[in-house]
Amino acid sequence: MSLTLAEVEHIARLARLELSEEEKIRFREQLSAILDYAARLQEVDTRNISPTAWTVNVQAPLREDVPAQGLPTSEVLSNAPQVQDNQFRVPPVLEG
Amino acid sequence: MVAFEAVIGLEIHAELLTRSKMFCSCPVVDSTQAEPNVAVCPICAGMPGTLPVINRQAVELALRVALALGCQIHPVSVFARKNYFYPDLPKGYQISQYEQPLAVNGILPIETESGWREIRIRRVHLEEDTGKLSHVHADGEVYSLVDLNRAGVPLLEIVSEPDLRSAQEVRAYAQTLRILLRTLQASSGDMEKGALRIEPNISVRPAGSSTLGTRVEIKNLNSFRSLERAVAYQIEVQVGKLSRGEVVEQETVGWDEAQEITFSQRSKEEAHDYRYFPEPDLPPLVVTPEWVESIRAALPELPWERQRRYVEALGLAPAEARLLVSDPALADFFDRVVGALKRAPARMAATWVTGELLARLNEQGQTLEVLRLSPEGFADLLDRTVEGQINLNTAKGVLQEMCMSGKPAVQIIAERGLEQVSDPEWIARIVAQVLRENPAELDKYRSGKSTLFNWFYGQVMRLTRGKANPQMVREELTRCLEDQVRGES
Amino acid sequence: MSELTDLSVPELLAGMRRGDFSAVEVTRAFLRAIECLEPSLHTLITFTPELAVRMAEEADRRYRAWRHEGSSTEAALPPLLGIPIMIKDVLCLKGVPCTCGSRILQDFVPPYTATAVQRLLDAGVVVLGKTNTDEFAMGSSTENSAFGATRNPWNPEHVPGGSSGGSASAVAARMTPAALGSDTGGSIRQPAAYCGVTGIKPTYGRVSRYGLVAYGSSLDTVGVFARSAAETALFFSLMAGHDPLDSTSAREPVPPVSLPDTPNLNGLRIGVPEEYFISGMSAEVEQAVRNAIAQMEHLGATVQNVRLPHTGYALPVYYLIAPAEASANLARYDGVRFGYRAPAERLWEMFDRTRGNGFGAEVKRRIMLGTYALSAGYYDAYYAQAQKVRTLIRQDFLDAFQQVDVIACPVAPTPAFRIGEHTDDPLAMYLEDIFTLPANLAGIPGLAFPAGFSATGLPIGMQLMSAPFREEILFHTAHAYQQVTDWHTRRPPLTP
Repeated sequence: MSLTLAEVEHIARLARLELSEEEKIRFREQLSAILDYAARLQEVDTRNISPTAWTVNVQAPLREDVPAQGLPTSEVLSNAPQVQDNQFRVPPVLEG
Repeated sequence: MVAFEAVIGLEIHAELLTRSKMFCSCPVVDSTQAEPNVAVCPICAGMPGTLPVINRQAVELALRVALALGCQIHPVSVFARKNYFYPDLPKGYQISQYEQPLAVNGILPIETESGWREIRIRRVHLEEDTGKLSHVHADGEVYSLVDLNRAGVPLLEIVSEPDLRSAQEVRAYAQTLRILLRTLQASSGDMEKGALRIEPNISVRPAGSSTLGTRVEIKNLNSFRSLERAVAYQIEVQVGKLSRGEVVEQETVGWDEAQEITFSQRSKEEAHDYRYFPEPDLPPLVVTPEWVESIRAALPELPWERQRRYVEALGLAPAEARLLVSDPALADFFDRVVGALKRAPARMAATWVTGELLARLNEQGQTLEVLRLSPEGFADLLDRTVEGQINLNTAKGVLQEMCMSGKPAVQIIAERGLEQVSDPEWIARIVAQVLRENPAELDKYRSGKSTLFNWFYGQVMRLTRGKANPQMVREELTRCLEDQVRGES
Repeated sequence: MSELTDLSVPELLAGMRRGDFSAVEVTRAFLRAIECLEPSLHTLITFTPELAVRMAEEADRRYRAWRHEGSSTEAALPPLLGIPIMIKDVLCLKGVPCTCGSRILQDFVPPYTATAVQRLLDAGVVVLGKTNTDEFAMGSSTENSAFGATRNPWNPEHVPGGSSGGSASAVAARMTPAALGSDTGGSIRQPAAYCGVTGIKPTYGRVSRYGLVAYGSSLDTVGVFARSAAETALFFSLMAGHDPLDSTSAREPVPPVSLPDTPNLNGLRIGVPEEYFISGMSAEVEQAVRNAIAQMEHLGATVQNVRLPHTGYALPVYYLIAPAEASANLARYDGVRFGYRAPAERLWEMFDRTRGNGFGAEVKRRIMLGTYALSAGYYDAYYAQAQKVRTLIRQDFLDAFQQVDVIACPVAPTPAFRIGEHTDDPLAMYLEDIFTLPANLAGIPGLAFPAGFSATGLPIGMQLMSAPFREEILFHTAHAYQQVTDWHTRRPPLTP
């Protein structure tokens, strides 16, 4: 299998996903199968090929520097799970 | 005993002076003053389905800075996603530039004790700022709060090569860059408000070595003073370790202002794999040669060019030149004064601008913008002083009134009858009168108390209400007093 | 039930203009259909009957005012005034929940509307509700929705396809005349084929993505389902066109779609790619598609073989690029500013648990895949290599379109599969997309429409693809085909 359990845990940490032990095992199998399948891309010679990141515009449009009012504060916060002092409240960042 | 040298590079982020944010039209507000979350829209809040659109003015300002630094501009540059999680990062990634930045390979000249040095600039690129996270301990609760006013504000990142060798050089680099940013009106450069953020990377190696040692990065410096001290401290720490044969660990440290030490800030949770990839929502940024040339042609005189010109062409003292250059508005004023001068030398203007004028501004809490004095009027005052119409002392008073009333020098002089008198007979009569009316002091002078010369001088100036030509008064007084001493009456 | 739900969009518009029936009557007819069929089909996540009636009442006010004026031309009326639509629940409509089929956005109510939706609102449509979708548009069956699967009106034991399964099923069941969808790897075309309706995946950049919750940013498109190519074209032309809010939005002008009354495909060159007729695909599907192509030849088109040699790499390319982009696009779902938040004492726990609980298995799988493909040490081998092979895939198409005007091929290897058939095997599920993925990778448009039925009564669709920005050829060809066939008029067993 191409992925180890430790690698699965590492990716889950990078992606900030809490996984159960059972999920880790299942994902390890499934992701390995997909990655093995994806490895066939290695057989394509792309030495002189440039990547396609954008299929349409050749260049980004530029916006004039004219400020416009955004959302009222109440709408900025209207979907927030927890609000305090007109800010988004989250559990403390520092290690407890 | 092995000698060590410090190898320092600086990574600087400057908030650009645009009116709207980098990728949306929200107004840029002072996030240290505004109410929280008043300048936020779905785009900078990272709400689902929203997309970025590049602010043209941010690109213009970035090009201005890059060209002033002599960088090579990439006609095509690419935005990239820098992926990490943090509560003040709404999208869970920051839109920045990675493999293909806007500009590379520039120079920032700095003045050191041993002369000018050229510090190489590795790259200049655009990115967006994060929101603000604050930590609260209140009523037994501990939590953090997020304000998104600052999220999406345009930032210019300027990265130097590790060419700096001392804390003093680091400070000089930072100050020069700040002046440049202000001269170009690209950023306020205000470190205390977070508009200029400086992160030094410091390593130490045996002098003469060409390999690089392990780097330590310092974050959260709020002033040039902390910057210089923190760098100096960190150099000491590393030299100490290496001298003892210890290893320097790669880490990020913060600066404790109170204790004046650096302390480790290594974050345990975040593994820093940013997984950069080109931003699919933004096609490449294309900058035409015409656009670049028009910006280059419109560049003002750069601070180091101006400083050299002041010293070499105008003969200013280096300290005065540096002082003028450090305040672009003041230097602009000075240049216009010099342009209007007919008799007075530029050096005099420099002394007056950096001395009297600044003093007047400070005491009245004014700035050049609200000053009612025009550069031409100022030049006129200096010319009249050199021509002898008024003396220096009088001129200072006239300047004060010019600042307050906005009236031209000629009018003030006429209204207050301030014209200096240079009539030798009149001066001789006043001097004689002062000596005659103060026999006790004259006796003391004859007995050796020569400091009374200044007292006599003051009396003459008082009697003439300051209008007498000081030079002539001194000459006359000297002559008379010498006569007195020799015993002639 | 009511015949109003059987009328085409032009017929509904004509009837409302003539005053044969009101917009409210039209809307109520579809609302009744929904009430009748929704328990069996589950096409909707959010049903908006009050909003719909209010919008229909407003439409009626405008029709009355227009009739009162007398002399005005029809051009004075918004072109879709009073026409009901449904909207896939990945497109934002201000004030209405947008869940993306996910628990993590269960209560999210956007304070903004997607540009494509706004253009249709400006055209006068009435919104019936937000349709079910695979979570964050990741899936080929709509089984990945956190709110339950949608069923196929041709056989409720079968999937409607995905990820726009709710929209396709609702249109097929005549619960709505049209519905919006999104297509990142086939999510409009495959459900269109499975449900026997017509669906357009436009050229990338043709319809604004502003307000479409992002999955694979360089692949996502907004499109529409209807019961015929002509009706699909109507909605398409109102949504398409440059949007300053989307930096990837194309400036190419949108030509008006002209659909002649008599079917004629003279001069049309059809390319048939052998790479799309693989062993293992259903014989019935192959037969239906080849018959359809033969039909088009009878109408005057010429047919030739074309080669798309890198087709076999489309699947691995897609399943590296889409998840990579998705892993970044879904990083914003962290419980801080909107959506579900898991209880936790500390911040990082909150992030991990929110995302661990809030996302379903398929989404987590793709986030993991994408994170891996972008991670240090693997970027060049996976993501960068995939983007390069993508260039080759796109070039295959651009070369082919030098010789032909459209490429004709199947949409899926089989008709709609059974609910639960692929749940344990994600790779098998991914293989359902092999005929649709290439168009997304190349950024070209694709139109799917019915071309027959299987022996068991399940629809079989076919697909036409064209060069970028040539959607009008697709509509023209499919419309001609629909003038001489009646697959698209058949009614599924489950209808009002």
